[in-house]
Amino acid sequence: MPDFSEIFSLQSILNYNGGCVVAMRGKNCVAIACDLRFGVQAQTISTDFERVFEVGPHLYIGLPGLATDTQTVFQRLQFRIKMYEMREGRRVKPRTLMAMVQNLLYERRFGPYFVEPVIAGLHPTTKEPYICALDLIGCECEPEDFVVSGTCSESLYGMCETTWREDMEPDDLFECISQSLVNAFDRDALSGWGAVVHVIEQDKVTTRYLKCRQD
Amino acid sequence: MALEALHGITRYHSKNEMLRDEMMIPDMENLSNQCQLAIPSIPKGEVNVGEYLVDETGRKIKLNYAHGTTTLGFKFDGGVIMAVDSRATSGQYIGSGNVKKIIEINPYLLGTMAGGAADCTYWERVLAKQCRIYELRNRERISVAAASKLLANMVYQYKGYGLSMGVMIAGWDKKGPGLYYVDNDGNRMPGNAFSVGSGSIYAYGVLDSGYSKDLSDAEAQELGRRAIYHATHRDAYSGGIVRVYHIKEDGWIKISEEDCKDLHYKYADEKSAFS
Repeated sequence: MPDFSEIFSLQSILNYNGGCVVAMRGKNCVAIACDLRFGVQAQTISTDFERVFEVGPHLYIGLPGLATDTQTVFQRLQFRIKMYEMREGRRVKPRTLMAMVQNLLYERRFGPYFVEPVIAGLHPTTKEPYICALDLIGCECEPEDFVVSGTCSESLYGMCETTWREDMEPDDLFECISQSLVNAFDRDALSGWGAVVHVIEQDKVTTRYLKCRQD
Repeated sequence: MALEALHGITRYHSKNEMLRDEMMIPDMENLSNQCQLAIPSIPKGEVNVGEYLVDETGRKIKLNYAHGTTTLGFKFDGGVIMAVDSRATSGQYIGSGNVKKIIEINPYLLGTMAGGAADCTYWERVLAKQCRIYELRNRERISVAAASKLLANMVYQYKGYGLSMGVMIAGWDKKGPGLYYVDNDGNRMPGNAFSVGSGSIYAYGVLDSGYSKDLSDAEAQELGRRAIYHATHRDAYSGGIVRVYHIKEDGWIKISEEDCKDLHYKYADEKSAFS
């Protein structure tokens, strides 16, 4: 047999399990979406692994990267959010969450969690859309249009740069983010196998599961 | 004449000779002899193609394309089935989703592709030429055993130089259906069922559990298709289109080329209707 083990050699621990997240800003709404693959390098273990979590009213966080850290970071973050909400007696706001994640990640500056979080949400009072991405030690990036993260981030950038328009309505935003995600991860061996999209509006959140390629 | 020679004017004896000289075709390239490839001028043990290719950030560039693959072939009473996926990856990036990994050598011979895409296409094309020459010389078709041995001998010449291929050669000859596995180490072996590539472990699981000599044609084709489909589902580096070929006494026929997405939802529907 020729040596196929070469292609499985570890490029980065961030790509060990595969997976990607994208978030987009629309007109008075935001959307966040992720794929559903959980794999160990080339082997697909399950196809119902959601890496986007609800953490507050109209507030979601996506945690692509090493799956064990996706779970750990989410659990530790949830603990901090609950402590915050009990102490303060109010729900967490998007920027506050971002600062909280920054703090959580920088605590492990010299032995980081291998996740690159994406946050999407609406400000509870002003309803201002908010999107943000962080690197694995907590450097934030808050652009006006979209953020991407995960194993197919290059393809996602390409898709988002061409499909994103200013002031999209929720329906258009859903179409845009879905097409961007699906077409990006169809070019990536380590992500895909289904997708979930959350469209966050002032009065409601719509969650849809997309029919995708399963190879 | 003497004056010409004095001035260094070359005289050609024929038009062809002049043309060849003008085109400057050296005799030492693979244009005239395809088995003659340029060899690095360092000892064989130190050759490691790809080691020298480095990108702008200093990382090694992946030379081989289409490394991840699932291919399979098996013999049964009705002939030989060959089935393959169609994904080509370089690293984790999917370069193409509709590669033809079954190479049609001639109407009675098929070859599959796993490993380096360039290595497989090149050497199987050289093999096609050799097989045709054999036919013309001997006025009969080449046997599968002989064809696979030609390939094995050709790649053996380059053993240690970094060729990467794991191929199956299948066909029908005087002895009936034939199936051989050949790879870059120089291995060549006949067998009833093979699967090659990163998804082969998954394909073997389906193939071995459903295999028997006395399958009907339709059952055998479906077994090959299912084995590849399940491999594409589990293996990240396999996918795209499932191509199925069937070799019978009068040559190969293409049975189907189905998208993995269509197959997945078709199988899912069948499963839900059944339970």
